[in-house]
Amino acid sequence: MLSEFLQYLFTGITIGATYALIALGFTLIYNASHVINFAQGEFLMIGGMTTVSLTAMGVPMLLAIILAVLLAGVFGILLQRFAIAPAKQADVVTLIIITIGASIFIRGLAQLVWGKEYHVMPNFSSDEPIRIFGAVLNSQSLWVLGIGAVLVVALVLFFTRTLIGKAILATSMNKEAARLVGIRTQLVLMLAFMVSALLGSIAGVVVAPITFTSYDIGIMLGLKGFVAAAIGGLGSGVGAVVGGLLLGVVEAMTAGYISSDYKDAVAFSMILVVLFFMPRGLFGAKVVERV
Amino acid sequence: MLNQFMQSRLRGLIILAVILYALPAFLSNPFHYDLATQMAIIAATVVGLNLLVGFAGQISLGHAGFFGLGAYFTGIMTGNYGWSAIPALVVGGILVGILAWVVGRPILRLKGHYLSMATLAVGFIIAIVINNESQITGGPDGMPVPPFDVFGWELSPFGTYSLFGIELNGSQAWYLFAAAVLLVAVWLAQNLIDSPIGRALRSVHGSEVAARVVGVNTARYKSLVFVISAIYASVMGGLYAHFQGFITPAVASFDFSIVLITMVVLGGMGSTMGVILGAVVLKLLPQILTHFQEMEAVMFGLILMLTMIFMPKGLLPTLQLAVSKRLKKRAGGQA
Repeated sequence: MLSEFLQYLFTGITIGATYALIALGFTLIYNASHVINFAQGEFLMIGGMTTVSLTAMGVPMLLAIILAVLLAGVFGILLQRFAIAPAKQADVVTLIIITIGASIFIRGLAQLVWGKEYHVMPNFSSDEPIRIFGAVLNSQSLWVLGIGAVLVVALVLFFTRTLIGKAILATSMNKEAARLVGIRTQLVLMLAFMVSALLGSIAGVVVAPITFTSYDIGIMLGLKGFVAAAIGGLGSGVGAVVGGLLLGVVEAMTAGYISSDYKDAVAFSMILVVLFFMPRGLFGAKVVERV
Repeated sequence: MLNQFMQSRLRGLIILAVILYALPAFLSNPFHYDLATQMAIIAATVVGLNLLVGFAGQISLGHAGFFGLGAYFTGIMTGNYGWSAIPALVVGGILVGILAWVVGRPILRLKGHYLSMATLAVGFIIAIVINNESQITGGPDGMPVPPFDVFGWELSPFGTYSLFGIELNGSQAWYLFAAAVLLVAVWLAQNLIDSPIGRALRSVHGSEVAARVVGVNTARYKSLVFVISAIYASVMGGLYAHFQGFITPAVASFDFSIVLITMVVLGGMGSTMGVILGAVVLKLLPQILTHFQEMEAVMFGLILMLTMIFMPKGLLPTLQLAVSKRLKKRAGGQA
């Protein structure tokens, strides 16, 4: 009974931590540019797939991970520079379609390079599972949680202690004013996309041993990250983390106690219920519409 | 005089009718006709979606859900319960309209990305239910749908028909039927746009707060147009099911929702003829790109991105602007 519950809780928190990282990536880009980046999931895919194929070529895992994350960062910069920046006058929905086009493009490239098969990635450390009160915890889950926590702390420090982080915050609050005080806002936007891509690809690498990875893994994970960000309230960092964990746990509980066929349906019903009662998510800022 | 004609609200409808009438000259085999029929049905769906996106400025990322519900309702009622096609389409449309009204009220209070999130969620839930309730829907394998029928008379892509003494095969007959349906769909949409409701909707798009200040009941109009666009999708989904003779959950999928909204944005939001062009282009593009084989997805994504970056207003409005600039320049040169 307890072991069953713990088992679902572990599963939920692990996948929830991944959702939280994806949601943070969404939040970062949303705050800096008010774009919802539907290509966010592709950063995860790039992270996981590149690591798998580099290690298969004999590159040591740590180096492979670093290269994969850097590659994703480059894609983040390219996305902002060549797809988002040239269309800055476009409607919200036009920008959404551009990011969707970008995700189809990146996925197409991935399919060319890696094919359509699923790829397996080994655990970072031992394959020996850990037993707690009869529940089994995959050692990789600890890596997911640990790295997730480190990244969240690092992000908080980045935004509160570093000049670049503060510049991103300033740009997200008021682009014109930020430019007036000498912040190069185009550079800041590019940075925001890059950091978001780094976050996404790290999430993709740490979760790959649990979920496996393939060229199209980013679609559903990206959407779940968007759901998590919306539950928490778009633009809120705390909201992204809480939304991600909540979504992961609810999904795992549904799959365990009700029906795994309907776990996604519960996730999407949850977002409707949350938005019904709190139209700006759990932690979303109250915004007065200016006319 | 030409100018007057260009401004007339019937212009688009007449041009469309001429194109649809002339098109068979370029269609040489049943495959071409079937493609044109699919285009017409999907174009009519997109014309309905455009009322919501282009005129009321509300984003829906879940419209395939309504399309799929219409398709499956028709399929199940005519296939398993022996209903005739027309009552199935009508009742399906009414039920989907009621569903859209019920979920639309709370959803349409939401702004921007929250609205897209909520419509995405509704579409996903519908698709998941269709996928999982396999006793009724056949699940991922799909289900067969009987041909379209009126009072015992059947319209099947495999039949032969004669119209005014001309022999038609089933594909040609379906094309004529779908073309007529598209014209009616456009005519209804044009009338709605030019009615007081349409003006109220455009005011919502312009500035919702300003519209409210001058006394427009924005919530009511937004729900109304959401319901209308859902009914369009449901009825067209039903026709699509009859035409294809077989449906799978793909008709309700998120991917298809994205295809629908992309057609609207690519063709030109707010331009009825534009979104029809969008539907045609997006339906043709994969046919052309199959020559690139494994490069297909790469090319498709690239074309989509580039078009939206360089023509953010959409294909038709951008072309129209270019042509009218050209004309003005020429007129200026002569004077």
